[in-house]
Amino acid sequence: MSEQFYFALEVMMNGLMAGVMYSLVALGFVLIFKASGIFNYAQGVMALFAALTLVGIQKGEIPFAHVINATFGTNLSTFGWELPSIVAIVLTAAVMILMAVLIEKYVLKHLVNQEPIILFMATIGLAFFLEGLGDLMWGSEIKKLDVGLPQGISETIETVTNNWFGYGFFIDRLDIIAAVVAAILVTSLTLFSKYTKQGRALRAVADDHQAALSVGISLRFIWVLVWSIAGFVALVAGIMWGTKSGVQFSLSLIALKALPVLMLGGFTSIPGAIVGGLIIGVGEKLFEFLVGPMVGGATENWFAYVLALVFLVFRPQGLFGEKIIERV
Amino acid sequence: MLYREAGDFKASYVEDSQTFPIKFDRMGYYVTLAIAFGIIPFIINDYWANAVVVPFLIYAIASIGLNILTGYAGQVSLGTGGFMAVGAFACYKLMTAFPDINIIFLILISGGITAAVGMAFGLPSLRIKGFYLAVATLAAQFFLVWLFNKVPWFYNYSASGQISAPERTVFSIPVTGPHTEAWAKYLICLIFVFALAWIARNLTRGSTGRKWMAIRDMDIAAEIIGVNPLRAKLSAFAISSFFVGVAGALFFAVYLGAAEVGEAFGTQKSFLVLFMIIIGGLGSIFGSFAGAAFMVLLPVLLKNLLVGGLGWPTDLAANFEVLTVGALIIIFLIAEPHGIAQLWRTAKEKLRLWPFPH
Repeated sequence: MSEQFYFALEVMMNGLMAGVMYSLVALGFVLIFKASGIFNYAQGVMALFAALTLVGIQKGEIPFAHVINATFGTNLSTFGWELPSIVAIVLTAAVMILMAVLIEKYVLKHLVNQEPIILFMATIGLAFFLEGLGDLMWGSEIKKLDVGLPQGISETIETVTNNWFGYGFFIDRLDIIAAVVAAILVTSLTLFSKYTKQGRALRAVADDHQAALSVGISLRFIWVLVWSIAGFVALVAGIMWGTKSGVQFSLSLIALKALPVLMLGGFTSIPGAIVGGLIIGVGEKLFEFLVGPMVGGATENWFAYVLALVFLVFRPQGLFGEKIIERV
Repeated sequence: MLYREAGDFKASYVEDSQTFPIKFDRMGYYVTLAIAFGIIPFIINDYWANAVVVPFLIYAIASIGLNILTGYAGQVSLGTGGFMAVGAFACYKLMTAFPDINIIFLILISGGITAAVGMAFGLPSLRIKGFYLAVATLAAQFFLVWLFNKVPWFYNYSASGQISAPERTVFSIPVTGPHTEAWAKYLICLIFVFALAWIARNLTRGSTGRKWMAIRDMDIAAEIIGVNPLRAKLSAFAISSFFVGVAGALFFAVYLGAAEVGEAFGTQKSFLVLFMIIIGGLGSIFGSFAGAAFMVLLPVLLKNLLVGGLGWPTDLAANFEVLTVGALIIIFLIAEPHGIAQLWRTAKEKLRLWPFPH
């Protein structure tokens, strides 16, 4: 086999890994969409917010320090402690749950029975709010997130593949961990929704709000639950992406990457989110590799969208989505 | 007492179906026009023109355009920034290729080119609906911005990748380029705003607008009563994109003078215009103006308050602005999903009964 072929294969493998990262974000979207019919644009910003909060808590920074300093002329910065990663992660998860409660209480509760598109726009507003809040709380400079995940080239894989094919594959260890984490998340979420009481309630709500209400399921509790889980997924995605490329504003743009993944996989399907992510990850890397040099590169910005757009024209509900039936 | 239909007798069908059936409204409209055309050009200065008035007018055109598509025809679009970029780059190419043709025609042609591009991206709307379409229009946004960044022909192979407007005149008064007076910028934008708003208002009142609204309310039902969804949707995309393209051309040629595509016409712009129509009111021409004014004034006010009043550094103020905008969107959607336009309508209803409510 030629060197070129292996290189393409390697590009594909890396695409698969990147796809897993997209799927992590897409997963959060699907959860909320299934349970409440809300298309949560803020998912990406939630990941950014979670990562910012994690770094802030870990480093013991004082929230709103910049604002307080600017207003009162003080000179605050940190509490002066550093927390172990696991404590910081638990605390951040608690913050995300608190956020879910607040979102339910101050936003969603008031928007029951509105059209889906209004709710979608509300989540765009939420995205802006969280983005501003995150920056005000923790400052807008680029931060380094380190919770002890291994990074860099995986030497085992390189040596093994080198022995097998005579060509060492370059795969980031962080990507492998992301893949494992995504697999664990999907399995546990599937088990949760299949075999627990809350999970069953969640599926009932997804099926029919009114019917779920009539058998005594608390919609409000389910919403808080779903947004908390989505917050947790955002935290995981935030940790992965933050470790990979630093915690900064561009992190929230991964939401924009996750949207075509969703369109491809179908909004209502968890396996769809994973498969869609993999297709987009591989497609975008291969396209950049094969066609990119001919048209000036940086095709990754739009390839996923155009792919999803073309795909949707032929199959409007996505790969695994439920068939859209319209009644007059 | 002034705000009444009573005593204002309509003697013909034309009078009966006029845009402003109440005399007070009509007078208000003429007074606004008189002030806008007769007084403001003489008192406007550079600060007001650049910080408030000119961006307001240009965004008003863009939000009327988006309102036609989203508010009237019900097709949510997140590609406004990309379509503005089409208008801007079309205008730039035309300005440099045909220096002798009057800039006003060039701006109109740029709008036409944008309309064609908008129709092409509107084609999937026949199959895709709702958020799927909203996300699909993001494809237009990213693809167009990338295109204008990567293909040097669009920016005439300039080294910086920027486009900058050469000086062009109307009646030998410069309206683009560095030597433009504040009042000239203002007037050329105002003329476009006036003409386009008039067209939009009358389109939405007529059969075209009714078809759009039927499609918005329920497309299958509309099809059954004889609205052709292909024509209705594509005409909405075309006309909306025409407006947005003209806004983009003006934004680049008159307001900015020089532009870099990712910065001037990125996703932020799409969302900004979307927020304008949400806050102003979906499906309302007045709402487009109100929303544009609100979103242009808000940063100016916040900046004056926070940077000038509290002494915050500008980056904090910018973050706070993002937070405020987000919060306002949510508050508006909860309190008044139909935006400022609805508040205005409620106020007018109250006025008609005042001072004797029942």
